[in-house]
Amino acid sequence: MAFEGLTGKLQAALKKLTGKGKLSEKDVKEAMRDVRLALLEADVNFVVVKDLINRITQRAVGQEIMESLTPGQQVIKIVNEELTALMGGTQSKINMAPNPPTVIMMVGLQGSGKTTTSAKLAGYLKKQGKSPLLVACDIYRPAAIKQLQVVGEKVGVPVFERGQVDPVEIAREAVEFAKKQQRDVVIIDTAGRLHINEELMEELSRIKAQVKPHEILLVVDAMTGQDAVNVAKSFDERLGLDGVILTKLDGDTRGGAALSIKAVTGKPIKFVGMGEKLDDLEPFHPNRMASRILGMGDILTLIEKAQASIDEKKAQELEKKLREQQFTLEDFLDQLQQLKKIGSINDIVSMLPGVDVQKLSASGALNEKELIKAEAIIQSMTPEERRNPSIINASRKRRIAMGSGTTIQDVNRLLKSFEQFRHMMKQMSNIEKAMKRGRFKFPFL
Amino acid sequence: MEKKGFFSRLKEGLAKTRQNITEKMDLLFKYHNEVNDELFDELEEVLILADVGVNTTTRLIEKVRERVREERIREAQRVRAVLKEEILALLSQPQELNLRFPAVFLVVGVNGVGKTTTIGKLAHMFQSQGRKVLMAAGDTFRAAAIEQLEVWANRVGCQIVRHTEGADAAAVVFDAIQAAKSRGIDLLICDTAGRLHTKKNLMNELEKINRIIEREYPEAHKEVFLVLDATTGQNAVSQAKMFKEKVNVTGIILTKLDGTAKGGIIIAVKSELGIPIRYIGVGEGMDDLQPFDAEAFVEALFEEA
Ligand SMILES: Nc1nc2c(ncn2[C@@H]2O[C@H](COP(=O)(O)OP(=O)(O)OP(=O)(O)O)[C@@H](O)[C@H]2O)c(=O)[nH]1
Ligand SMILES: [Mg+2]
Repeated sequence: MAFEGLTGKLQAALKKLTGKGKLSEKDVKEAMRDVRLALLEADVNFVVVKDLINRITQRAVGQEIMESLTPGQQVIKIVNEELTALMGGTQSKINMAPNPPTVIMMVGLQGSGKTTTSAKLAGYLKKQGKSPLLVACDIYRPAAIKQLQVVGEKVGVPVFERGQVDPVEIAREAVEFAKKQQRDVVIIDTAGRLHINEELMEELSRIKAQVKPHEILLVVDAMTGQDAVNVAKSFDERLGLDGVILTKLDGDTRGGAALSIKAVTGKPIKFVGMGEKLDDLEPFHPNRMASRILGMGDILTLIEKAQASIDEKKAQELEKKLREQQFTLEDFLDQLQQLKKIGSINDIVSMLPGVDVQKLSASGALNEKELIKAEAIIQSMTPEERRNPSIINASRKRRIAMGSGTTIQDVNRLLKSFEQFRHMMKQMSNIEKAMKRGRFKFPFL
Repeated sequence: MEKKGFFSRLKEGLAKTRQNITEKMDLLFKYHNEVNDELFDELEEVLILADVGVNTTTRLIEKVRERVREERIREAQRVRAVLKEEILALLSQPQELNLRFPAVFLVVGVNGVGKTTTIGKLAHMFQSQGRKVLMAAGDTFRAAAIEQLEVWANRVGCQIVRHTEGADAAAVVFDAIQAAKSRGIDLLICDTAGRLHTKKNLMNELEKINRIIEREYPEAHKEVFLVLDATTGQNAVSQAKMFKEKVNVTGIILTKLDGTAKGGIIIAVKSELGIPIRYIGVGEGMDDLQPFDAEAFVEALFEEA
């Protein structure tokens, strides 16, 4: 995950706080120093960080925290709230024109990913029943038009181009063309340019004046450093942005630019690019990201989801069993079925604090198919075997494998991962204990 | 063709960079005549805003503090000179780029940093020096990447070996090496598809290409250039680390220094990984490439506005 690095850092910074009885002003200040470093290392803009830290420190030091039973929880809550507020609400919507065509203009620095993102967006809107038209207004970069044509074809969206003529004219003709051809969305791919290039910024203003776009989207590389705010500010001042699309978030960048841009321009991040494939465009979830950055994973969301989908009483029983180390394969099966209701196992595990998703994925532990297999295997066991897996000897394994249509290795693997799971949940229960079982509950565990 | 001197072009390209940093610096030193904690805090801010990164900044500031103490420095102005010296010390190259021909350059980096454009510029630079250059269209993945490189080959008037989109990149490089040998090429420059350093498969593919060069062209002088975008923040360090691990990067090319991004990340990359910076990109034209000169870079960075 993109924010994993930052998550790790913050987690380390905040760990010092959890489990402590009371917080002194010094404690908070010290923790905030670490949080500050973590944010800066994540490329969050210096000024934004300063602001954020001040706000959080002000809130954290004093009554609110000092009188609370679990000060650590309080601080985490405050940091979480501040980060969420900073990044704004969920807004992965495109302003659609009352009278089509809706005109969308894609702008940004060189190499930020405009062309690919234009095609992704076209594909995304097409899936929603729209009939988009892509427009090649990058007349400068060699083969840029060709690139748009290729990706346009891949998503099955026509591309309007006029070669290397004035982009303002191309844009104008394209909108005319769209009207005639009943295309209801026009996506204009413009050339990458520096925000300080007067001539080229003027060109964008002229395109804007000509076609009056309903939506001007700034495409920003998630790996951008401190300069992100300057870029976003310049484009916004010049054109009036409607939103931002963050690209290349599938790497290991901590993505602090996301925080900064929102804070500085107030413009929502509407989508994120998660890969080179043309369907790797996803809505941006500020709250989820904020929780992630916090290093508490998406625990808050997870709890909500879990509470909505899991029988409270059953969950409490389970929790008790777990605490008393009586957790069996029967419960494991039950858990698997419960988990499926919440979401994909990857989603869930990535929300858990302190779990290295990449490592787990690599080990194959998070494979959805494996889980289906696991379910089948457990279902082929006798109730006794489920309660007491230690009795499962070689001949029982053979029978279980046969019954579930798997192999003995599969059965062995399952038994092993059950042990791991049990271990993991034991850790979770410890974390929970550390949090003094206040508001944070893990009913499904 | 009009040729501008290195300094003037560098300064042009760095005008913004310089302005930003030096304006801040000047402001800083106007307010501070004394050497105090506040001065160091603000120096720290300048460096962090330049993307130097927390670690490297802290180390630099510590070093400057230490020297201020030891050398009993009392003037804020002098502190600036010391900081300049320290950055320069970090950036000083371990050795010059001593090219031997025939040579082969492998150009790598994440998506959109400027690899293909830089190859155009490099080809132009060496062709102008009378070298015979061949390009290998090793980005067989991105749409129209081959056509893009072809436009550059035509522009600078050099040869190119290409397959079609979707072809095996290693095979393109293999063919290009054979062509380089048989046509008496001085410099072969291999383009590669942009890839995030975290994508295992793609990084392995790059490793394979690198191995082919080693195996098929051992007599050639080899350079592996990692292209970094000056706009990139701390992730550049991670990029450099991973690419170095996989293909033994021998030099860095820093692009897009003509924007407002300060490019301070190279200080971190150099300090943490020791990879020398070889060239800088200061625009989209074929002349917009300059050999990196640490002294000129730092001078330009700190020059009075
Ligand atoms: N302003 C500026 N733009 C540059 C510079 N170098 C490259 N660019 C621009 O950056 C954009 C991307 O450059 P490319 O050369 O296509 O980058 P690449 O790394 O080959 O990209 P992929 O192959 O798609 O990964 C183009 O619009 C270039 O013109 C530079 O030094 N300054
Ligand atoms: Mg390229």
